[in-house]
Amino acid sequence: MSENIKLMQGNEAIAEGAMIAGCDFFAGYPITPSSEVSEILAARLTKKGHIVIQMEDEIAALGAVLGAALGGAKALTATSGPGMSLKSEHIGYASMCEIPCVIVNVMRGGPSTGNPTLPSQADIMQAKWGTHGDHAIIAITPSSVNESFYETIRALNLAVKYRTPVLILTDEIIGHMREKVIIPEKDTLEIIDVKLPDVPPSEYKPYNYKSGKVTPLAPMGEGYRYHVTGLSHGETGFPSAKMEVIQDAQNWLIDKIYNNIKDIEKYEETMTEDADILIVAYGSVSRSAKAALSMARAAGIKAGLFRPITIWPFPEERIKELSKKIKKILVPEMNMGQIILEVQRAACNNIVKGLNIVSGEPITPDKIYLKIKEMM
Amino acid sequence: MLTNMLTKEDTHKQMFTMGHSGCSGCSQTMAVRLITEVLGKNTIATSATGCLEVISAKFPESSWNIPWIHSLFENSAAVASGIEAALQITGKKEGITVLAQAGDGGTADIGLQALSGMFERNHDVLYVCYDNGAYMNTGYQRSGLTPYDAFTSTSPSGKISFGNNRPKKYMPEIAMAHRIPYTAVASVGYPMDLQKKVKKTMSIKGSKYLQVDVPCTPGWKYEPRYSVKIAQLGVQSGLYPLFEAEYDKIISVKKIGKKVPVEEYLKLQGRFKHLFKDEAGKAEIEKIQKIADENIERYGLL
Repeated sequence: MSENIKLMQGNEAIAEGAMIAGCDFFAGYPITPSSEVSEILAARLTKKGHIVIQMEDEIAALGAVLGAALGGAKALTATSGPGMSLKSEHIGYASMCEIPCVIVNVMRGGPSTGNPTLPSQADIMQAKWGTHGDHAIIAITPSSVNESFYETIRALNLAVKYRTPVLILTDEIIGHMREKVIIPEKDTLEIIDVKLPDVPPSEYKPYNYKSGKVTPLAPMGEGYRYHVTGLSHGETGFPSAKMEVIQDAQNWLIDKIYNNIKDIEKYEETMTEDADILIVAYGSVSRSAKAALSMARAAGIKAGLFRPITIWPFPEERIKELSKKIKKILVPEMNMGQIILEVQRAACNNIVKGLNIVSGEPITPDKIYLKIKEMM
Repeated sequence: MLTNMLTKEDTHKQMFTMGHSGCSGCSQTMAVRLITEVLGKNTIATSATGCLEVISAKFPESSWNIPWIHSLFENSAAVASGIEAALQITGKKEGITVLAQAGDGGTADIGLQALSGMFERNHDVLYVCYDNGAYMNTGYQRSGLTPYDAFTSTSPSGKISFGNNRPKKYMPEIAMAHRIPYTAVASVGYPMDLQKKVKKTMSIKGSKYLQVDVPCTPGWKYEPRYSVKIAQLGVQSGLYPLFEAEYDKIISVKKIGKKVPVEEYLKLQGRFKHLFKDEAGKAEIEKIQKIADENIERYGLL
């Protein structure tokens, strides 16, 4: 059977991926360069009888998504730049109340209004620390249109599985470029649906963290009454100021992600086996890095590429392992040096250098190649 | 008369001058020029994120001959509140107009909270909402001021939809509900009326709200030469009533003389072209006519 291949834009691939993964609710607010996600879903998701709402602002867009998720929907929103800043409080709320949702951030230059039409990777640390308070987050950095499609499906799955906000961090390059997407048969995909708890309502504890397992979030209206609050809460959801409850609940928010890191992390390695220098690159920059790697290999330099697909939690164990034999690491990023901090931490005995361009211009292969030569 | 025509030198002296990158036929820039012409040089302006902010200050050029601040999307009124308060506390407010500007999205949607706060505190600020009925800067997404049945990129028309399915928010009445001293609605189709209203705001202390209908060529999808005509038809059909209010009382309305059927207004614009395809569209036009008729009745426009 011939493959079903479609040419589409990165933002369109996110919309298509969301639909095939069973997303039935979208709320958004117009912002460049992510608006196409909401425009495409406004035209197509509604045709399936699902809901798309354009809200009055960025804050409300994520608020509606959280409400929808509590009502049992698989909900998604998309934004960029200042919109992500406005969403910060709700991201903390989603983490605290363990409400599954997916937030797409098509990264543009900042801070503030910054460069609405130019690419950037400067929201990597914001993704992890943007909201106040300790929590763990899952964030994914696709590097192609095809990957945007499949990673949106995975993001929705992870959100439901771990009851957490999941961020998809693309950038203006991936969001607006057009590439082929191989559309799969729906039954070949792993899709995690929202399900009811396996206990009767009388025994249901919505934040049953002592079990060490993520309890399904019962959709409201199914007979499972429970309390939802952004205040620190115990297993029933009711607020608590008991110190051990606060500590346990806080531990749980981190543990449920980091204890399952093998399931959540995802990366790709290219020619790392015999490498003398390792490039760590993600998103659109990893494409240039791959080309630079070929240039280096052709010139006799043994370069390798490590590409995180899940950027948070950061795959630090693997970097640590690789750093035992590869002593030089280059981290090109379209920011002033963000993920390099994680790489330096994981590979603390190595020479780790950054290549940082924030002019809005993509980092080209030759710039990365020159930096490789400089380091060798 | 030829002698009254503006020369290039004259335009340089205007508060909002040449060099902006507005689309041909952009009526928002006409409104800005007309408003700032009245307010004069003793004006400090803020602009929310939007077309005006983008087109008027592209590095290394600026069309502003007055102090001008691009705030953010949601905070034009808040930043203007701060400017006004600082001028008051330093004793410099006398003779200076603080002008807060935003589009319809920046006013009626994301900026509504800041605007309500400014009204509530009654800051001595003239707030102007340039209403082109959608988020034109980001590619024509609907806003709270998008009219009924208009096609936008997030309220597309098609088999199951005639476009935006909710009525335009009555934003001037929201302003009036705050009991601010002056609320007015104007249109670029009637520049004298617009300037008269702006002039009036200069003698009123406290918050003033002015909403101006500014047709948008790419967003409304019409030929650039029709900007003024469409703005006039909006008023003459009753779809865009022009009036003035003090506190919660309407004190004057612009009479329209002879009512123009809404069809005349709609048919010039691509954003309504789906209404002219079949009988179902015809029924929708009747609904829009009803909105206009209700406005005529409600504001006493005839």
